[in-house]
Amino acid sequence: MGHWREVSIMSIVINNIDFMYRNKRALADLSCTLVPGFNVLLGPNGAGKSTLLNLLTAQRPLQRGTINFDGVDIEKTPRQIMQQLGVVFQQTTLDLDLSVFQNLTYFGALHGIKARVVLERITPVLTQLGLIERLHDTVRDLNEGHRRRVEIARCMIHQPRYLLLDEATVGLDVDSRKLIIEHIRLLAQQQAMTILWTTHLLDEVQEDDPLYILNHGQLIAQGKCKALLSEHQQDSVFDLYRWLTQPQGLV
Amino acid sequence: MSIYMTCFWAILKREILRFFHQRSRLFSALVRPLLWLVVFAAGFRSALGISIMPPYESYILYQEYIVPGLCAMIILFNSMQTSLSMVYDREMGSMKVLLMSPISRSFLLFCKLIAAACLSLLQVVIFLLLANLVDVDIPWWGFIYAIPSIFLSAFFLGALGLMLSNFIKQLENFAGVMNFVIFPMFFLSSALYPLWKIQESSLWLYWICQYNPFTYCVEMIRFALYGQTNINASIIIISCVIVSGSLAVASFKPRKI
Repeated sequence: MGHWREVSIMSIVINNIDFMYRNKRALADLSCTLVPGFNVLLGPNGAGKSTLLNLLTAQRPLQRGTINFDGVDIEKTPRQIMQQLGVVFQQTTLDLDLSVFQNLTYFGALHGIKARVVLERITPVLTQLGLIERLHDTVRDLNEGHRRRVEIARCMIHQPRYLLLDEATVGLDVDSRKLIIEHIRLLAQQQAMTILWTTHLLDEVQEDDPLYILNHGQLIAQGKCKALLSEHQQDSVFDLYRWLTQPQGLV
Repeated sequence: MSIYMTCFWAILKREILRFFHQRSRLFSALVRPLLWLVVFAAGFRSALGISIMPPYESYILYQEYIVPGLCAMIILFNSMQTSLSMVYDREMGSMKVLLMSPISRSFLLFCKLIAAACLSLLQVVIFLLLANLVDVDIPWWGFIYAIPSIFLSAFFLGALGLMLSNFIKQLENFAGVMNFVIFPMFFLSSALYPLWKIQESSLWLYWICQYNPFTYCVEMIRFALYGQTNINASIIIISCVIVSGSLAVASFKPRKI
């Protein structure tokens, strides 16, 4: 499958990557280019979304293929890319025993940012996410939705150019999901970041979104959502997704 | 302050904060050696006579003899607890936060080891203060003289714990660490009995104790608490620090096995 767009500034170019867990193939010959804006990676559970995120964040080494961030190879200079990369993992990665502020300053310090600067940067984000009042609460006392918001605020501390979010709204109530997704879409718009939003929740996809559909480790469709709908003659994202991911006889 | 110092202080502060959040950890770290000191040592006080041997200049009570071994035991437990906390971080995902830092992985692990060593030092100092209340007479300057020895031992055992964390798949496996690492290291050393006494009863046991690096941690601390330096033990432990520190960083596996 070829790239559907030309490489541009701040793009993430994924080229022919394969990944295997022992005898199980997780990703097969995956190639795509993520450009600035809100990109959606859609796929059922076990499709390989988290594996792809782990490769994009250098949590696992590449077995085949290359990943370039704006022309910089992640295998060669992962540290340089980490400075530009904000990530929200599927699993909560906050320290439950520490307060929101301590978690945020710890993350900032790991990027060499002082607590004062962290506070300056996160105050507007936390205010926007409705969490500023809970700055000194222990994370253990926060519900899942609030923890997610803290993680989203945290991934912005070092002012990244790329943002990767792995099922960031799974298990959250409607209001929290809406708040988070609106906030991320706004970031894509206002700060021209390259965002990869990974999800299996179809209602999070909008018609203008660049869409990547992953199934059984293979990228089975990529393009603007609207274009894919017309190409496959489907009326909704739900129909398109079902058409592409289920055996044709069952559709 | 450089980016590295900011990072170092943050890791140190996080480990200290976590330690004080888990109050039971401090409590159990102190109760264990105090039980050994007050119950075990009191029981064996009359059965075990310790003759004059360096660094002691006169006959000593058995409870005074085992204090350096108990200090080393605190360090050993804390180091293994650190390895457990690495497994916890890996399981809970917070290890990913550390690995997303643009700072080199080896420096981050070095900071973790220093932080663990500081926590060990803190626990040992509190234990020594409490030990002074139960007829154990350690000179106050011995505390200060022992700091480098405690720190080196803690760094060595912490690096060993870090290496072990590569082989621990789940938190539940800690019982295995207790049975196969902590207890053999502690019992097969000079922590509870002097080596000459072990030699009298079993020669092969004596040789095992001789080759156990933990013995040298105990001896280094023992001499330091009385203002002396055990050159042999110090050289062995410094070598162990270099080797285990390098191996721990090189073999570190951040992901689940």
